Amino acid sequence: MTSKAQILSAVRRTPLPLRELPPHAGPWLTFADRAGQFATSLASVGGVCLAARDVAAIRAALETLPQITAAKKVCSPLPELGVGNVSLPDVATPHDLEDVDVAIVPGEFAVAENGAVWVNARGLKHRAILFLVQHLVLVVRGDAVVNTMHEAYARLEFAEPGFGVFISGPSKTADIEQSLVIGAHGPRSHTVFLLEAAP
Amino acid sequence: MTPSTPTQHPDLAAKFVADEDRMHWHDQALWFVRLKRDKMARALPEWEELRERAAAIKAHTMSRLADYLEQFEAQATRCGAQVHWARDAAEHNAIVLSILQAHGVTRVVKSKSMLTEECHLNPCLEQQGIEVVDTDLGERIVQLAGQPPSHIVLPAIHLKKEDIGALFHQHLQTEAGASDPKYLTEAARQHLREKFLNAQAGITGVNFAIAETGGFVVCTNEGNADLGVSLPRLHIACMGIEKLIPRAADLGVFLRLLARSATGQPITTYSSHFHGPAPGGELHVVLVDNGRSGILASDDFRRSLNCIRCGACMNTCPVYRRSGGYSYNATIPGPIGSILSPTRDAQAYASLPSACSLCGSCTDVCPVKIDLHHQLLTWRGELRKRGLLPWSKRLAMWGLGWLMQHPRLYNFAGRMARWVVPCLPRGLIYNRMNAWGRQRELPAMPKHSFRELYSKRHDQ
Repeated sequence: MTSKAQILSAVRRTPLPLRELPPHAGPWLTFADRAGQFATSLASVGGVCLAARDVAAIRAALETLPQITAAKKVCSPLPELGVGNVSLPDVATPHDLEDVDVAIVPGEFAVAENGAVWVNARGLKHRAILFLVQHLVLVVRGDAVVNTMHEAYARLEFAEPGFGVFISGPSKTADIEQSLVIGAHGPRSHTVFLLEAAP
Repeated sequence: MTPSTPTQHPDLAAKFVADEDRMHWHDQALWFVRLKRDKMARALPEWEELRERAAAIKAHTMSRLADYLEQFEAQATRCGAQVHWARDAAEHNAIVLSILQAHGVTRVVKSKSMLTEECHLNPCLEQQGIEVVDTDLGERIVQLAGQPPSHIVLPAIHLKKEDIGALFHQHLQTEAGASDPKYLTEAARQHLREKFLNAQAGITGVNFAIAETGGFVVCTNEGNADLGVSLPRLHIACMGIEKLIPRAADLGVFLRLLARSATGQPITTYSSHFHGPAPGGELHVVLVDNGRSGILASDDFRRSLNCIRCGACMNTCPVYRRSGGYSYNATIPGPIGSILSPTRDAQAYASLPSACSLCGSCTDVCPVKIDLHHQLLTWRGELRKRGLLPWSKRLAMWGLGWLMQHPRLYNFAGRMARWVVPCLPRGLIYNRMNAWGRQRELPAMPKHSFRELYSKRHDQ
């Protein structure tokens, strides 16, 4: 008998009465100002939320962020922004992204309760860019802010193979005496632009 | 896994307690995390509803676990992952080793996985000449120190920054005497970046596996799991069979509970959803039983499989906070570990269910509503039935049980004690027989028993 068959038969050996699977709907939290709550939540986890009227406003704001003006290598898969000097499709292996300072990446939607943004790696040749860069900037439509994780999963489908991640703030650790340190292995800063008009 | 020597929690705890300052510091560090958890829980009006849902989803999953395992395998395979089944730790290690050897891998980065700790994967791979680097900062610290994690979420919570400074000075050439957490974390960042970039394979644990989609979720704050599996082409994910949930949308419940319960964060920084390998890469998922099907068969202890490894029961436990993770001599310490460990080896871990005051705080904070203190009490009865209690405890229990069945004698004994004990020389009361009196004074003997006071008041 294979290990699989042995494990399954061991699990089935004790028949258990069926316990009901609860529904998804619930009395879940809602916020009057979802974008405002998102900004508050993001600030609490070490990120920064900036509102931008349009792409030009993002470009202008980027020029005021010191971590970006000081950057040598910037990767932005958002052509409409017109910034960046590293083109992801031209990079052969993710290891070559090691010295990229900033990545500006689209996020699909934001979650008000915890400051998280859902990033799908579908359009990114190397998903490592999200974790390898020193500074991460996400651009999300301002009307794509949901209240809670329940609403977040209502929007998500996993019909196709792929990779997606909720990112809430910069990489951090508190493993040394519970002292919070920003920039553990991944990005040292995390900025989210909430874009008012459709990009 | 059977420890080489039976664990005697009181003996191991005594070592930890001997350094009183450090004990109080450890206690306070964990209580601080517990308070952060409380703040988060109170901020959500639906907290109790979430706990109910989580418990119900887990109970449902366990009632149909084999079906969900089959569904998960089919869906994960459809996504392009290769699924392996391991009955025990040895088979798990052999599977991981064979995958790595088939790819000629000698350098592996690993993110936090209590399962691989349980299976003692690292020494097994190291014996075969494979370098395994734990990449979670806390785990890297204890790995350099040659220690196991002392807490499942905060592996190095027992170490002070000065200890870590000395360790990093020795291994990472940081400045002697430097202990600033920011400086030490930066040194680890540079050291581990090198390891990430040179690794040939990444191993991760699994926080939740989704039967419906064949995907799984890994949660970290540091981003180490993601770096570890997005640079090398080979990803091996190791999971216990109890990590399954039926639907992706169930994650809405669990991800809301996990980080809030664990560290008082609204969510971990990264909640990564893997469905199949990265383009051009390879993904292996190892499903491990290692005693779990046995626990599933037990009506008493089945619910311990619902655990999502948040560590909240440890942070709140007055015994854990003061005795430290190593006093349990087990991969999973604290209240949940004291239930799980005896299911592996009741004799070796017989002292753990008694390392508990039955205060019930663990049960109150558990995000999936495991009735931890009830199960610990059940274990005590079970250990007595199996004859695994020490003779001193058996004798005392038998004596007290007999006395309590004889009310007149019990009253007489109480009266005698109230009269005699205050007159006895200290040496007769505070000696080796009285474990309770080692660190504390007995309370002053009252003049009257409760029964006497009660009947007196009733007569008035």
